[in-house]
Amino acid sequence: MKHFNFKNKAFIPFITAGDPDIETTKELIITMQKAGADLIEIGIPFSDPVAEGLTIQQSTLRALTKGITTDDIFEMLKSIKDKITIPIALMTYINPIFTYGTEKFMKHCKEVGVSAVIVPDMPFEEKNEIYDECKAQDIKLISLIAITSKERLEKIAKEAEGFLYCVSSLGVTGVRSNLTNDIGQIIKQVKSYSDVPCMIGFGISTPEQAKQMSEISDGVIVGSAIVKIIEKYGINSPKHVEEYIRVMKNAIQ
Amino acid sequence: MTRFGDFGGQFLPETLMSALEELEKAYIHYKNDPEFLKELNYLSKHYANRPSTLYFAKRMTQNLGGPKIYLKREDLNHTGSHKINNVLGQMLLAKKMGKTRIIAETGAGQHGVATATVAALLGMECEIFMGKEDTQRQALNVFRMELLGAKVHPVTSGTQTLKDAVSETFREWVSRIADTHYVIGSVVGPHPFPLIVRDFQKIISEEIKQQILEVEGKLPTAVVACVGGGSNAMGSFYDFIENKEVKLYAAEAAGQGVDTPYHAASVTNGSIGIFHGMKSYFCQNEYGQIAPVHSISAGLDYPGIGPEHAFLHDTKRATYVPITDDEAVEAFYYLSKLEGVIPAIESAHSVALALKIAKDMSKDDIMVITISGRGDKDVAMIAKYKGINLEE
Repeated sequence: MKHFNFKNKAFIPFITAGDPDIETTKELIITMQKAGADLIEIGIPFSDPVAEGLTIQQSTLRALTKGITTDDIFEMLKSIKDKITIPIALMTYINPIFTYGTEKFMKHCKEVGVSAVIVPDMPFEEKNEIYDECKAQDIKLISLIAITSKERLEKIAKEAEGFLYCVSSLGVTGVRSNLTNDIGQIIKQVKSYSDVPCMIGFGISTPEQAKQMSEISDGVIVGSAIVKIIEKYGINSPKHVEEYIRVMKNAIQ
Repeated sequence: MTRFGDFGGQFLPETLMSALEELEKAYIHYKNDPEFLKELNYLSKHYANRPSTLYFAKRMTQNLGGPKIYLKREDLNHTGSHKINNVLGQMLLAKKMGKTRIIAETGAGQHGVATATVAALLGMECEIFMGKEDTQRQALNVFRMELLGAKVHPVTSGTQTLKDAVSETFREWVSRIADTHYVIGSVVGPHPFPLIVRDFQKIISEEIKQQILEVEGKLPTAVVACVGGGSNAMGSFYDFIENKEVKLYAAEAAGQGVDTPYHAASVTNGSIGIFHGMKSYFCQNEYGQIAPVHSISAGLDYPGIGPEHAFLHDTKRATYVPITDDEAVEAFYYLSKLEGVIPAIESAHSVALALKIAKDMSKDDIMVITISGRGDKDVAMIAKYKGINLEE
């Protein structure tokens, strides 16, 4: 199957693996699945995340300071593989994949049940850097579009697989008080080229925003708002994250 | 072509891709535009003071007793370093593209000062991102940039040095693209930056070639420059790449030594990775986490190197040699006392490397050392390094 099949509007939470520790990440994944997440995006921390705002930068730093490695994350995912019924996507930068060894990375993804990878610093033109290795292990390589993509939309949309990550606005990740509907026009255009599910991410934190964005798309991705809850409650965050996801999921149905 | 061999590329968020396409298109158009070139040449000559001199270092030559030593005096350019060459070119280009706001990273502050200067000249808004640690190491340059009308943002993320300043400037660019151009200061970043910066810096090697032929009637045996990202080295090498008999040497920052964790020698001790938009050599660990780097020189304190340098290294066209803080400081004193030229601590790395290479050369050889910048900015820091207290 080329694309993920979501029955209703999808809710995709993001968390950084290893923040506050790998045991809590494990618990969070299971809790988020229970709370209604349709796909979970897990970040492999990178030392220099150029697409992230302060919240996720700091979360990344907390995880790396604890000494979390890519191998620790694969091991953790392997230990819960049998309990996970929704797709798992790994989000990381190109360097942690390339330096680990792309072939080895994708093989491990397959082994531990990861279905997709999201690489925010690898645009369409560079996807051949890892595409063959993804294909060989049946890992979907998620494409991103932005409000600046313009004439680039067609080629990206036509080759998109899994889902299309639609960046809501200019800038890096992080909670925003104002979101415009500019991305809606772009999604309309995408739909004329492809039936790929379109998910909006960057800046969404409130149920109202989630509702507004889900009306012009197939679902929403929420990262920084969840990472903030984890930052606040640490190892006690799962119950708070569960409650938040139920509210958000409810808002988009 | 966005690569040099397998190095280079465009590894950046999708949001910036249209801006990179726009830049490439504009550059291809203007680089052969007679009016653009006329304007650039005029400013290079009358504002930046080009051509820079190729000075025969007689006392150094006598002292070494080997090759004839020439210094390419980029330190005599307006703003005190080679950085002005690229900045004039890129900012004229940005102006032609209709951009009104300029953002830039800086390490030692040389690129930031050059950018702030040309922003004043062209009447453009200017914001500079500088690692907080560097703002302290180079406080004078911070004040200089502010004096020129720029806003300086101390970057507190990561290691608070040059790499974090680059990351933060990319983050700023992602959030405001339409009226803003990012003037990258070195031959790094995504295509087309390494190519554009090299083209605006290649005037260094073009001048060296012409000047040395005039006085010596032959090409140099060796050209020596320092590399952080590698813009003055790329500029010093480029026109000689086709002249295979000319050896090209680059000094990398070895900090406290390449056998310690405190260095920035990305070719000697790094491995191939993909970061800041480019595939190249980086100081990193086995999981691809970029390593904190160290150098006494804020301008060389960068964990990577430009992709064209990675290519020159792999094809063995240029040789990359680590130079420690101590060796650089010694060379800083050496050139100051022997020639009355106080080099930037970055350029002192090339002098240190030249001292090593000269031992294996004869009187028939000619060595050109690029003095990429002047050392006034480093005097206070060197005093501190030597334990000398300048304040009462």
